Amino acid sequence: MIPAAFQYSKAGSVREAVAQLREAGPEAKVIAGGQSLIPLLRLRLSQPSHLVDVNGVRELDYVHPEGDHLRVGAMTRHSTLARSELVQRHLPLLAEMAAQVGDPQIRARGTLGGVFAHADAAGDYPTLAVMLDATIVTDRRRVAARDFFQHLFTTALAEDELVCEVVFPMAPGPHRYIKFRRRLYDWAIVGAAVQKMDSGWRVGLTHVGPTAVRAAAVESRLQAGASFTEAASAAADGLEPPSDVRASADYRRHLAQVLTRRALEQAA
Amino acid sequence: MGQTLRVTVNGEARSDEVEPRLLLVHYLRETCGLTGTHVGCDTSQCGACTVLLDGAAVKSCNMLALQADGAEITTIEGLAPEGGLHPLQTAFWENHGLQCGYCTPGFIMAAAALLAENHDPSDEEIGRGLEGNLCRCTGYVNIRKAVKAAAQAMREGAAAPIGG
Ligand SMILES: Cc1cc2nc3c(=O)[nH]c(=O)nc-3n(C[C@H](O)[C@H](O)[C@H](O)COP(=O)(O)OP(=O)(O)OC[C@H]3O[C@@H](n4cnc5c(N)ncnc54)[C@H](O)[C@@H]3O)c2cc1C
Ligand code: FES
Ligand code: FES
Repeated sequence: MIPAAFQYSKAGSVREAVAQLREAGPEAKVIAGGQSLIPLLRLRLSQPSHLVDVNGVRELDYVHPEGDHLRVGAMTRHSTLARSELVQRHLPLLAEMAAQVGDPQIRARGTLGGVFAHADAAGDYPTLAVMLDATIVTDRRRVAARDFFQHLFTTALAEDELVCEVVFPMAPGPHRYIKFRRRLYDWAIVGAAVQKMDSGWRVGLTHVGPTAVRAAAVESRLQAGASFTEAASAAADGLEPPSDVRASADYRRHLAQVLTRRALEQAA
Repeated sequence: MGQTLRVTVNGEARSDEVEPRLLLVHYLRETCGLTGTHVGCDTSQCGACTVLLDGAAVKSCNMLALQADGAEITTIEGLAPEGGLHPLQTAFWENHGLQCGYCTPGFIMAAAALLAENHDPSDEEIGRGLEGNLCRCTGYVNIRKAVKAAAQAMREGAAAPIGG
């Protein structure tokens, strides 16, 4: 289908983008990679009055190691993250996730910042951000990942606020992301991510609720010396997963446990 | 309402006034008259609309035409010189990599991007490289065969035979 009509302008900097959003009013939206927004426009599920295109905001396309953190610009594309040597060295789990987002065509356009702002329950990076306590930096403030994602497709962002950067702790140790899906290019039916840190294991789950989940019960069992199998059996504790055409809530609970165990076993 | 789009399509520099909501695929088909790029879905999943944007495979149904401003686009019509066939086109023909042909332009453009990076892809790499494209009738076995044959032909630098 053909999208409803809208105005369109290009921003060359963060300041310009925010100014254009303000001027265009509350029905205006940012367009980054367009890989989530354009499908919504085509189905007319979204009918913004104005799109501010941030693809020309080059200052937001970077991967910067700084101290023990990795700062990633919002306009960094999935394909860049998947290939980045800096990401592979300092946070290989992010590169592993990026290589599994959608398909090559989606990865060539879609951006890190777009995934955060879109906040799909099946988005992959939010899981990493929540489990590692990442920080989302906007044009005006810093928000902890656990406070940023509020509900399905709902974040702490104001209408005229731009995601600029995500700051992850570096984590070069053993890690694994298992994304369970029926077809290669699909979103996760359920995903399980594990990362060994100096302080112990971090465990996160994708698509088991309206937002990404940190599996704290699994982490504390591992801390207490439980086996991978014992610890992973706590992965579904407290979850209220959705039921949809792909999987029932019960099946998602089952997957959370099985995938967490496998991810721990396979972490390298 | 229109805004100016300056873009190079198959080597030809163009300038057109377009509405912001015009999708790149509709620009290519309707404004440029290049109907080899197909529309197979409404959900950005099938890949029939795949073209090269500055060398990278993208789904042209999932971009605004205006987002291609300043870029170079290659469609299936521009892959081979006038009157000739690209080794991928020859290989799809010779290996029966299509039945109805609807998905074929998208597969060939996605495969072209894959082979530009990987001159000798394994079965697994071909599968991953083409995961954004769906075929509803051939099945993927002959498509994979065709991509392998094309990769070999391109490695050997074989001149593309005209007309197969
Ligand atoms: C077939 C298909 C499969 C996919 N599979 C996956 C998958 O497996 N995993 C996954 O995580 N994603 C998947 N995606 C989505 C893809 O990752 C998108 O790229 C991503 O969700 C949005 O990023 P974008 O840059 O394309 O944003 P856009 O589509 O341009 O924007 C999405 C939303 O975010 C807002 N926005 C974008 N950037 C900013 C910013 N910097 N600041 C404020 N707001 C902003 C926009 O206003 C819009 O509301 C898939 C998409 C498709 C079409
Ligand atoms: S038409 Fe199906 S992905 Fe573009
Ligand atoms: S050849 Fe018919 S859809 Fe692929």
